[in-house]
Amino acid sequence: MRIALFITCVNDLVFPGTGRAVVRILERLGHTVDFPPEQTCCGQAHANSGYRAEAMPLVRRFVDTFAGYDAIVTPSGSCTAMVREAYPRLAAGDHGLAAQVAAVAPRVFELSELLVDVLGVTDVGAHFPHRVTYHPTCHGLRMLHLGDKPERLLRAVGGIELTELPGADECCGFGGTFALKNAGVSAAMLADKCDAACGTGADFLAAADNSCLAHIGGGLSRRDGPRAIHYAEILAATKEDS
Amino acid sequence: MTGTGNIVAALPFPTAAKPKLADSQLRDNLRRATHTIRDKRLRTVAELPEWERLRLAGAAIKDDVLARLPELLVEFEAAATAAGATVHWARDAAEACGIAVDLALSTGTREVVKIKSMATQEIGLNEALEAVGITPIETDLAELIVQLAGDTPSHILVPAIHYNRHQIRELFARRMPGVDLDALTDDPAALAEAARRHLRARFFSARVAISGANFAIAETGTLVVVESEGNGRMCLTLPETLISVVGVEKILPTVRDLDVFLQLLPRSSTGERMNPYTSAWTGVTPGDGPQQVHVILVDNGRSDVLADPVGRQALRCIRCSACLNVCPVYERVGGHAYGSVYPGPIGAILSPQLSGAGANATLPFASTLCGACFEACPVRIDIPEVLVHLRQEIVAAAGATPERAAMRAAAWVLRDRRRYSAALRAARRFAAPLRLVGRPDAVRHLPWPLTRWSASRDTPLPARETFREWWSRERA
Ligand code: SF4
Repeated sequence: MRIALFITCVNDLVFPGTGRAVVRILERLGHTVDFPPEQTCCGQAHANSGYRAEAMPLVRRFVDTFAGYDAIVTPSGSCTAMVREAYPRLAAGDHGLAAQVAAVAPRVFELSELLVDVLGVTDVGAHFPHRVTYHPTCHGLRMLHLGDKPERLLRAVGGIELTELPGADECCGFGGTFALKNAGVSAAMLADKCDAACGTGADFLAAADNSCLAHIGGGLSRRDGPRAIHYAEILAATKEDS
Repeated sequence: MTGTGNIVAALPFPTAAKPKLADSQLRDNLRRATHTIRDKRLRTVAELPEWERLRLAGAAIKDDVLARLPELLVEFEAAATAAGATVHWARDAAEACGIAVDLALSTGTREVVKIKSMATQEIGLNEALEAVGITPIETDLAELIVQLAGDTPSHILVPAIHYNRHQIRELFARRMPGVDLDALTDDPAALAEAARRHLRARFFSARVAISGANFAIAETGTLVVVESEGNGRMCLTLPETLISVVGVEKILPTVRDLDVFLQLLPRSSTGERMNPYTSAWTGVTPGDGPQQVHVILVDNGRSDVLADPVGRQALRCIRCSACLNVCPVYERVGGHAYGSVYPGPIGAILSPQLSGAGANATLPFASTLCGACFEACPVRIDIPEVLVHLRQEIVAAAGATPERAAMRAAAWVLRDRRRYSAALRAARRFAAPLRLVGRPDAVRHLPWPLTRWSASRDTPLPARETFREWWSRERA
C-alpha cells in the first residue's frame, strides 16, 4: 500500500514532532511512508472564515499532490474533515475538480482511522508510563465520527494510565479565527476546558489535533496542569524513550 | 422582501457578549439550565432506536414543504376559509402588526391574552398593541416573568432561562399585583401557583387571544399549538376572538405528518416523551370556542431565505431550541448577546437571512463550528454549513478589508511550494528571539491585534526545524 503523509501547515511549522511520530509508528509497523513535497495547506482557515475563492487553489493543489496514493494519513482531525467533508462541497460547481475530489477525499484518513480501520491495528507497540486524559476534538467527534478509536489505541499503550476528562465532548473554544473574533467567549470556554483537565490529575492531555492543542496547551501552560500532547507522540513512544 | 422587526441586533455580537461574559450569576444560571435540559433530551432520545430515521423523515417532510410552499399555502387558505377562519397575508413585520392591531381594535377590547409565540416576538406585536393602548398579557409562565421584569426573552423555549428561582421570587414580590407575599417562597410550585392566580382572572375576562402556531396543516386548514402548561389552551378556547400569527414555513402537508413532528418536538425541546398539551383547531365551531378566528400568514423575509439553496434549510426549523441548549457559545453568553429574537445557533443563521444582507453580520461568526447544534437538530439543519455559507456572503460583501488582504497573501504563499518553504524558514528565524525563558518553545505576549489571543494563552513558536527540513535531511 502506498501511504502518503499529509503533515498540515501547522504541524510542518510548529509541531514537526507529530509528523515524525506518525512516520515512526507506521515504519515500526512495517510500512513505507511517502512525503510528497508539493503539499502545503488544506485551506481550512480560508474556507471556514468565508474566503472560498482563496481556498480553491489549495483544494486543487491538494488533490493534484495526493492523486496517486492508496491512503493519505494526517495527524489532524479538522484537516481530514476539511478534505473529506468540505472539499466535495467546494468543488461542486466544477465537474473536473469534483471528480478529482471524489477520487482522493475518501482515501484521506485521520491517523486512528488508518491504524484501526485500514491497517487493523490497535496495539502499535508503544510504551508511555504516564497518566493521560483524552480530549476528543469537535471535528474528530462529530464530523469524522472517530468514536473511541484514539482511546482504543491509547489503551493498548504499555504503562499508560488513561483517565476520563469530564465534559470531554464540549468544544475547547478554539474555532480558528473565532479565537480572535470572539476572544472573550473563546477564553471562557478555554477556562472551563482547562479546569476540567486540571481536575483529572493527569500528566498529559492528549488530542488528535494540534490546533486545538495549541489553544488548550497555551491555557494550561499558565497553570499547574497537564501538558498538551498529540496522541501520535504517545503512540510513537517506546520503552527505550522512557 | 427583507424581513423587519425584532430580528436585527443593535450591537455586534462580540460587543453585546462582553457584559454577559462578566456576569458570573448569569453563566451559572445558563449552565445549570442548559445542562439539565440537554441531559434529559439525551436520555429520552436514546429511548427511540428509530430516532435517526425520524430526523430524516422530519427533514424530508419540511424539504417537501419548502419545495412547494406557495401551493401548500393556498391549499391551507382554502381549507381554513372553508372552515370559517379568515386568512390574512402579511409581507413584513409592520404589515402583520397592522393587521393584528386593527383586528384587536375592532373588537373594542383593552386587553388581550397571549400564548407564547416566536412569530409575535419577531414582529414586535406587544409593542404595537401597547402603542394603541391595548395591554398584551403573556400567559406562559416564563414569558410572564420576562414581561413583569420589563426584559426581553433570552431563549426560544425558556424565555426566562437567565433567571434563577430566587430572582423570580424577588420579581413576583415586587411586580405581581396582589401577590400573597406570605405564601410566596422560591419553591417552583409556589411560584407557579402565584402565577396561576394572577392569570386566572385575566383568562375569564379576556375577549381576545393572540397565539402563534407550531404547525399549520394545509390539507385541513388546522392550526396546532404544543405546550406544557395548559395556559395556551385556555387562551385558545375561552375568548371570543382568536388571532393567530403564523410564519409561512410552519405548513405541513397533511395531518399524518404530525406523527413525525409530535415525536421530534417534545423530546428535542423539553426532553419529554410527549408534551402535556397539544391543541388543534380548524376554523370556527359554532357554539364552541372562539367565534372569530383569524390567521395571519407572515413572510417577513422567508421568501428570500427560500431562494437560497444552501440557506433555505434554516426554514425547516421547528423552534425546539435543542441547538441552543447544546451550544457552548450560547451557554457562556445567553440569548441577549445575539440581539435578535432568535438566539443561539439557529439565530446565527436565521436572523441574518431574514433581515437580509448586511444586517447581523457578526452573528455567523459567533460559532466555533463545533457541530453540536447539527447533531442535536431534530430536522437535521446543517447549521455549520449554513454558517460558513453566510460567512462567504458577508466576506464578499465587505470588499477590501485588512483581513481579506491577509487571507489573500497567505493563500498566495500557500499556493506555491517554494514560497511556502521560504515562509516557513522566515517564520522560524523570526521566532528565534521570542522564546519564553523557561519554556523555549512558547511566547507569552504577542503584539496587537494578537493580544486577543495572548491575553489568555501562551503561544507555541515555530519549531527549530520544520518537518520538511527534517524529512529532506533524514529521508530524501
Ligand atoms: S435549528 Fe433545529 S435544533 Fe435549533 S431550534 Fe430549530 S429545529 Fe431545533
